[in-house]
Amino acid sequence: MTAAGALAPEPAEVPQAVEGGRLRWAVSDALVVAGRNLLRFVRIPDAIFFSAIQPVMLVLLFRYVFGGAIDVPGMSYVNYLVAGVYVQTVMFGSMATAVGLAEDLHTGLLERYRALPMARSAVLAGRTIADLVRSAVAMMIITVTGYAVGFRVEASVGSFVAGVLLVLLFAHALSWIFAIVGLSASNSEAAQLAAFPVLFPFAFASSAFVPVTTMPGWLQAFTVHQPVSQVVDAARQLMLGGPSPLWSMADVWQALAWSGGLLVVFVPLAIRRYRRVS
Amino acid sequence: MADGLVKVFPGRRQVRALDGVSFAVPRGTVLGLLGPNGAGKTTAVRILSTILAADAGTASVLGHDVAAEAGAVRRLIGLAGQYAAVDENLTGRENLRMVGRLTHMTRRQATVRAGELLVQFGLSDAGGRTLKTYSGGMRRRLDLAAALVARPPVLFLDEPTTGLDPQSRQDLWQVIHTLVGAGTTVLLTTQYLEEADRLADRIVVVDHGQVIAAGTPAELKAGLGTSVVSVTFADTATAVTAVAVLAPLTPRPPAVKGVIVELTVDRGPVTATAALRALDQAGHEVIGLTLREPSLDDVFLSLTGHRAGRAATGQPGPDGAPATPAASAAPAGRGPGEIP
Repeated sequence: MTAAGALAPEPAEVPQAVEGGRLRWAVSDALVVAGRNLLRFVRIPDAIFFSAIQPVMLVLLFRYVFGGAIDVPGMSYVNYLVAGVYVQTVMFGSMATAVGLAEDLHTGLLERYRALPMARSAVLAGRTIADLVRSAVAMMIITVTGYAVGFRVEASVGSFVAGVLLVLLFAHALSWIFAIVGLSASNSEAAQLAAFPVLFPFAFASSAFVPVTTMPGWLQAFTVHQPVSQVVDAARQLMLGGPSPLWSMADVWQALAWSGGLLVVFVPLAIRRYRRVS
Repeated sequence: MADGLVKVFPGRRQVRALDGVSFAVPRGTVLGLLGPNGAGKTTAVRILSTILAADAGTASVLGHDVAAEAGAVRRLIGLAGQYAAVDENLTGRENLRMVGRLTHMTRRQATVRAGELLVQFGLSDAGGRTLKTYSGGMRRRLDLAAALVARPPVLFLDEPTTGLDPQSRQDLWQVIHTLVGAGTTVLLTTQYLEEADRLADRIVVVDHGQVIAAGTPAELKAGLGTSVVSVTFADTATAVTAVAVLAPLTPRPPAVKGVIVELTVDRGPVTATAALRALDQAGHEVIGLTLREPSLDDVFLSLTGHRAGRAATGQPGPDGAPATPAASAAPAGRGPGEIP
């Protein structure tokens, strides 16, 4: 190809990135992507409506329909319930990470991102941050609904906030798992369908809505040790004040270990998946 | 810019999307990469825009290797894809601002730039509306605008007008023409000979991942003629005998396709008139006569002797789309089964 000779041999000057470290840009890019994801979310009013109505219905359903039949020793059922609804809601909410990424992948938006000089981490970080904000909003809705039907925080404000943060950390860890699901699914519906059966046993075979002591022994072996129960238990104790501070902290450490462990495993896997997807 | 590129998509049937493709685009010029669906055009663009890694060969943009200096390359390029990669739940302005922010402009710079581009692309009235309300042509214009946010010196346009109506296509051509006038280097992929002819300084024809011809539009068309006279007869027997009458009118042998005889000629209307006169004198009844521009199919027919791959008509038809390795590369062979 003779035309090659017309190409100037010396490389063109690359417009330098504005001063500031890579980390600063990684954060800035992630926030721009997160902002876009949230903006997109508020643009779909029916999606907001239904994601807000779901936790409200869960609270009311368990408070008034099933609650009468469930006996929790030592506390009112509504107080027991709220931590369960928190965790349940953010769990199913984290499926949004899978759906959102699958959508961006198939509309070609990820392609555009990849050709931009933005931080490579920003797409996944921005997605999971946006979903974290949504989870926080959902938890606010649950708290307000809970208060209306008799839920009362019995621990200090600091302890309650710690409980909320514990749940959010778990939600964030799940988002990274669902990032992999979203990047692997053939479309957004498939992503959602794939996510559901994974979540379902963890969400319901847990201490979220009923004390595990009511379950058969073989099931308890699973329910006691699985992460959802441990996060729910720890959050519940932090919000309500556990029987003894020592016992409560052990549960909290376990819950933290689960979330931390999930993040350590799935963040690198998700990033690897993102690099490979094309 | 690209030298001996090879890309193989693994899978049950290995797809050699690119099989040693080389080409160069001199600065400030437009290269048209012309070929049917699945020829490997999009794959080449994806490699050059750092989205995809080549299995062999090297490619560089303005002297920067796309693999080793991907970050530098990304600051020099703009990419407008065949699937308008914009967020339809955001407004036009928000989309452009987002891209501006992601190319590390300040908030103010991004807002100003978005405003400029909306004016330049005739979208200022629609800038505040979400993309859901945009027509196909408006979306493509916004997609192109998004590629230009950072004023890149090199632009990749991957089938910018595929699927657009003729009017929108004309509008977009006008926009691209203006850009090129401003000195941007452009790599354009297209399935339309007409598009490459209108916009490109040089054309590289690719098929099955290989370069099969290269040259200026004039050079390519010289071997092809500028128009095709297509005459329809009542039956194939008449068509066959009519070839003898029509053959003297053109330097290239006429092509017989059933009841249709096609002549590729330089001066269409003159030949058409002469053909009708000759056929009338010879007593052959003509059912129909059309005059058209040579299509990609004709280029392929003259270059390779075989017709272009499936879906050469241009529209991403139901059979064409899944067979395009570039287009289906994203989810290739990965299903929900892989989920942990």
